[in-house]
Amino acid sequence: MILIKNGRLLDPESGVDQVADLLVQEGRIAAIGTGLAAPEGARVIDATGKVVAPGFIDIHVHLRVPGQEYKEDMRTGTAAAVRGGFVGVVCMPNTDPVIDNAAVVDHVIHLAQKEGLCHVWPAGAITQGLKGELLSEMGEMKAAGAVCVTDDGRPVPSAGLMRQAMIYARQFDLTVMDHAEDKSISAGGAMHYGKVSSMLGIRGIPSTSEEVHVARDILLALETGARVHIQHVSSRRTVELIRWGKRMGAPVTCEATPHHFTLTDQVVAEMNYSTFTKMNPPIREEADRQAILEGIADGTIDLIATDHAPHHLDEKLIEYQDAAFGITGLETSVGLVVDRLLRPGIISLPQMILMMSTRPARAVGLTPPALRVGAPADITILDLERTWTVRAEEMASKSKNSPFIGWTLTGAPYATIVGGQLRMLEMKVIAP
Amino acid sequence: MAGLKSKDLLGLRELSAEEIELILDTAEALREIATRPIKKVPTLKGRSYVTLFYENSTRTAKSFELACKYLGADVVNVSVGTSSVKKGETLRDTVMNLEAMGVDAIIIRHPCGGAPHLAAQFVRCSIINAGDGIHEHPTQGLLDMLTIRRHKGGFRGLKVAILGDILHSRVARSNIHGLTKMGAEVWVAGPSTMLPPGLEDLGVRVTTRVEEALEGADVVNVLRIQLERMQQSLFPSVREYHRFWGLTPERLRLAKPDALLMHPGPMNRGVEISSDVADGDQSVIHEQVTNGVAVRMAVLYLLANRGEAA
Repeated sequence: MILIKNGRLLDPESGVDQVADLLVQEGRIAAIGTGLAAPEGARVIDATGKVVAPGFIDIHVHLRVPGQEYKEDMRTGTAAAVRGGFVGVVCMPNTDPVIDNAAVVDHVIHLAQKEGLCHVWPAGAITQGLKGELLSEMGEMKAAGAVCVTDDGRPVPSAGLMRQAMIYARQFDLTVMDHAEDKSISAGGAMHYGKVSSMLGIRGIPSTSEEVHVARDILLALETGARVHIQHVSSRRTVELIRWGKRMGAPVTCEATPHHFTLTDQVVAEMNYSTFTKMNPPIREEADRQAILEGIADGTIDLIATDHAPHHLDEKLIEYQDAAFGITGLETSVGLVVDRLLRPGIISLPQMILMMSTRPARAVGLTPPALRVGAPADITILDLERTWTVRAEEMASKSKNSPFIGWTLTGAPYATIVGGQLRMLEMKVIAP
Repeated sequence: MAGLKSKDLLGLRELSAEEIELILDTAEALREIATRPIKKVPTLKGRSYVTLFYENSTRTAKSFELACKYLGADVVNVSVGTSSVKKGETLRDTVMNLEAMGVDAIIIRHPCGGAPHLAAQFVRCSIINAGDGIHEHPTQGLLDMLTIRRHKGGFRGLKVAILGDILHSRVARSNIHGLTKMGAEVWVAGPSTMLPPGLEDLGVRVTTRVEEALEGADVVNVLRIQLERMQQSLFPSVREYHRFWGLTPERLRLAKPDALLMHPGPMNRGVEISSDVADGDQSVIHEQVTNGVAVRMAVLYLLANRGEAA
């Protein structure tokens, strides 16, 4: 039992915005009201001055399970999630073995029940082994608990196969997510193709490698009616294409990551070739970052996801060209969203909650968390005033490959409640 | 000018105009050593250097080796084929091991841009970039600049045309950084597929027409074309390349009559440069090689004596 006292309860989707108490009992929200008395044995959280929101969900996370536990495992990955304020994550299928059949989906879900600290919803692969050749068993994976399909990291190269995948996925009501990248354009590149890559002598990844696949996916979504979700938007023309697609009535959603709305390719030079600036798609130019901010503000970009991509230091302390793509994100996402989007007024607090809770759930067909009596108690409490410094030694993730280490941010997750269990308080993980 | 600010020579982007001047002045003073009958001075006696080459090179590796030897230092050459690098050792482990053996500087050539910057973080000894991927080749840039200065007296107001595959050229990047810092007007020309984006922001004039770059030029620097670029669809054929971008005697006449002709070597005769031009009166290609040894002696000397009164 948990009694959250005196917080600002804010759930725009349910039309809730009031300072009140909230009682959690048996995994559900049992009561909402003012002056609620703490039942015998209830843990009381004083949320005065804090924001109590429906639980945040990150639909783009690499848990590295199964097979790459040296980068992250079920416990450390979900610990990073709850420390970052997330009640649940969608985990990507580029594991070893690939999550491309019901048995592996089942394994991940069981492991999450045993060792996880938050909800874990697996994404299945679109194609067997992520090889881009044959469709995986989407129906069986859905029955086993997969919530969507994606070949994240190894996007389906053939437009014809992607079309088949969309037609096939639609009958099972599975969202098709795409890491949009035409590898024939991007191959060999390690950072954004532009004046900074010219100066640093690093092979570039042109924005068009993303855009041609985004255009393809939107057109295919229009034809097939499949729900399509564009992962980690990185370029200004991608934002423009999605705006156009939505106007045309395509069932398309998209996400932006904190690093794409915060950083530009200039940081690769400023950080002197630090491979903590290497990710795919790459951080691009200021005009791209501005377009992403506009897309976030006007709703073209539906939601925030992190593409949390833990890597061992051995895969990062090497030559830029050879280093692994990806950075961690779960533990810095809320801080960056508050500091870089909310405080400067790019989005409002209700928009932030929609972008981090309601819409992520909806994008993958889950019932969104809600602050309603009877709803599951998946709750994120925010401290919008707390100023804190990102420190590697405090991170719960097994990997520390973040370009934001050392940054000072204002705004932090304060508590995470998952299915009625308090899993984080004041950025300290509470494990059973 | 007290000396070089950094323990490493990573690129000309990192050097100030004063530091470039200092290296060129020092090279000028040391240049004469290589012309003596007994080519050895005790300046760096007792110092030891390693050349660590992850790519094949004859000219640069031997030039560094001779520069070490002329100054009395000991030098060991490590190339990928004969070292534990082939066994999968990381760059970090390799340079830390070499430093543990007591070397004063590691001269590194590597196929990845930024590799010397990475190496420099792990060791206290100097790292000298002998060419990193498509990024920089600072001693080549410096030897080109020494060659220009010896003939033209300086850089301010000179028009320098760099022709060829600018996208993949570390020589071009080092020349661009060095020459723009010293006040030269740098033009680059090549096929549109070989021009990287954003060079205009560095103050460079960019064109696909070599004639435009050559018009009134004081210096013409022709880059080597990698013939395997045809497989990557960067240009269709040697014939077409030569027709539109090759330096012929007719095209060279667009430059000033006393324009210098340079090439970092090795040349593809009849492709990026005609033999008549390469062997003509304006060519200073062999002088570049001589100046290469001088510039490398200067860099070794200045890094070894950094922080001491000059």
